[in-house]
Amino acid sequence: MSAGLETQGLYKSFGALAVANAIDFRLERGARHALIGPNGAGKTSFVNLVTGALRPGAGRILLGGEDVTSLPQAARVKRGLVRTFQINALFRRLSVLENVTLAIAERDGVAEDFVRPAGRHRAVIEEAFALLERLGLAEEALRPVSELAYGRQRMTEIAVALGLAPKVLLLDEPAAGVPSGETATIVDLIERLPSEISVLIIEHDMELVFRLARRITVLVQGSVLVEGTPREIADDPRVRQVYLGERRHA
Amino acid sequence: MPDARRSMLDAFARRHRLHVLEGLPWGVAIAAYFAFPDYLALGAQILAVIIFALSVDLVLGYAGIVTLGQAAFFGTGAYTAGILAANGWGEPLTGLLAAGAMAGAIGLLSGAIILRTSGLTLLMQTLVVAAMLYEAANKGGRITGGSDGLQGMDVWPILGKFRFDMFGHTAYLYCLAVLAVAWIAVRALVHSAFGRSLTGIRENVTRMHAIGAPVDRRKLVVYTVSAVLAGVSGGLIAQTTQFVGLGVLSLERSGTILIMLIIGGVGQLYGAFIGVPLYMIAQDRFSTIDPTYWYFWIGLFMVLMVVFAPGGVLGFFTRRRARRDKP
Repeated sequence: MSAGLETQGLYKSFGALAVANAIDFRLERGARHALIGPNGAGKTSFVNLVTGALRPGAGRILLGGEDVTSLPQAARVKRGLVRTFQINALFRRLSVLENVTLAIAERDGVAEDFVRPAGRHRAVIEEAFALLERLGLAEEALRPVSELAYGRQRMTEIAVALGLAPKVLLLDEPAAGVPSGETATIVDLIERLPSEISVLIIEHDMELVFRLARRITVLVQGSVLVEGTPREIADDPRVRQVYLGERRHA
Repeated sequence: MPDARRSMLDAFARRHRLHVLEGLPWGVAIAAYFAFPDYLALGAQILAVIIFALSVDLVLGYAGIVTLGQAAFFGTGAYTAGILAANGWGEPLTGLLAAGAMAGAIGLLSGAIILRTSGLTLLMQTLVVAAMLYEAANKGGRITGGSDGLQGMDVWPILGKFRFDMFGHTAYLYCLAVLAVAWIAVRALVHSAFGRSLTGIRENVTRMHAIGAPVDRRKLVVYTVSAVLAGVSGGLIAQTTQFVGLGVLSLERSGTILIMLIIGGVGQLYGAFIGVPLYMIAQDRFSTIDPTYWYFWIGLFMVLMVVFAPGGVLGFFTRRRARRDKP
């Protein structure tokens, strides 16, 4: 069976700096996989390449077995490849409900309707609200995102992604900047994600990674250093040296 | 709880419903027709220019496309209606349709090229498009009349019945009717799911890409619609004043319409209805009171506006209400 997401020989450079150096990567269906690596390892570039925000210099990207390398970003989202952002990228002045509604309207193709009032597409609004209820965000549904506590904003970020009905979900540092007291809610949310969604978590926080991931890939200077189970990664001397060791000094 | 939830969702889904206050501009426009019979020519111009301001609001206020070249479309519409009327086709309604279509075509063509850029680059590109058309109209004197302006327009009666009179009765009502149609169309557009997605593009374009929106296509559509509106506005001005000069394509024209919209309030649909009359009436008054230095008073007015009401007149009221509603 084909992987949820696969890259073959993915390559990208900015001048002399190779941010992705022939990356072969497989995200199995239903996986809980983490991508880790020190700062500047190319994690975010990898996400941008996979989602289509960046064009690779060489290599292929397969989504559920289909080659999507030359497809624009929007077409990949339509095929179920969805990401969240490390720094919140929401419509800050719009309400939480509106944020999710916009996403669902895009997914359903409703957003092309320029005659009927948006409110007539009641199913979209109902679905958005039901999603917020499921994530415990219903109370804040009508508040502008900018007024929410940071942790709640991070959850809205995930709500928007879930509204797109992802098959493959890329979470770019889902708990970044969240006060430690609120991290638990987000971890809990990620743990409860439907098992058919393939999840790739790009993370700095080792505690989070070891809790959520069943496989870990370590990226260093644009190349895959090693891949394995959390135990294998924790025991790997090279990883300790380049990554875990570095953290201890920091 | 389910009841509270239902009423909340109902309220959210009904944001497009007409508010009583939205009838206000129309009440004022009709009252003004009877109250100021000597100023109907100015009134007609104001109504036509409101359409122009709406076209700017659509791209700037809703889609967040910054433009300094909207006169390109206004002028195209004015020259299209004008040249038709000066060359034996003075039927106003088809003339107006032609004005909108021509401007829309220019909008689609230029938009397909320049909307790939954004920010200051885009601003310069919109300026360039308008400047090119300005020079084309200047050089094409045989058709456009060049710097002397287009002479000899003959606009026929509307629907074969209503002749344009020298007091501006017909012109006023004609412009009011066209404005009403434009308003209905723009209002439907901004409240549609498409319109909401434009707001999304303005608020965060990265996010729009990430939720799979075809951002470039959306921008091009709204840019073209806006060009059509600007063209209709230009056509109206040409038909009601029976003259077209190079000024319709000038940078000054693009600039003042922005100022009018900013005075009223950007991105709120009704900023156009407030800013345009305010500016054009002030201009009319100042230039009567002080024919030499009237621009100074406009400038002073603008400075006061920016200091005391940075979001325009509408922004001023929304902020006051927001402060009052805060517990």
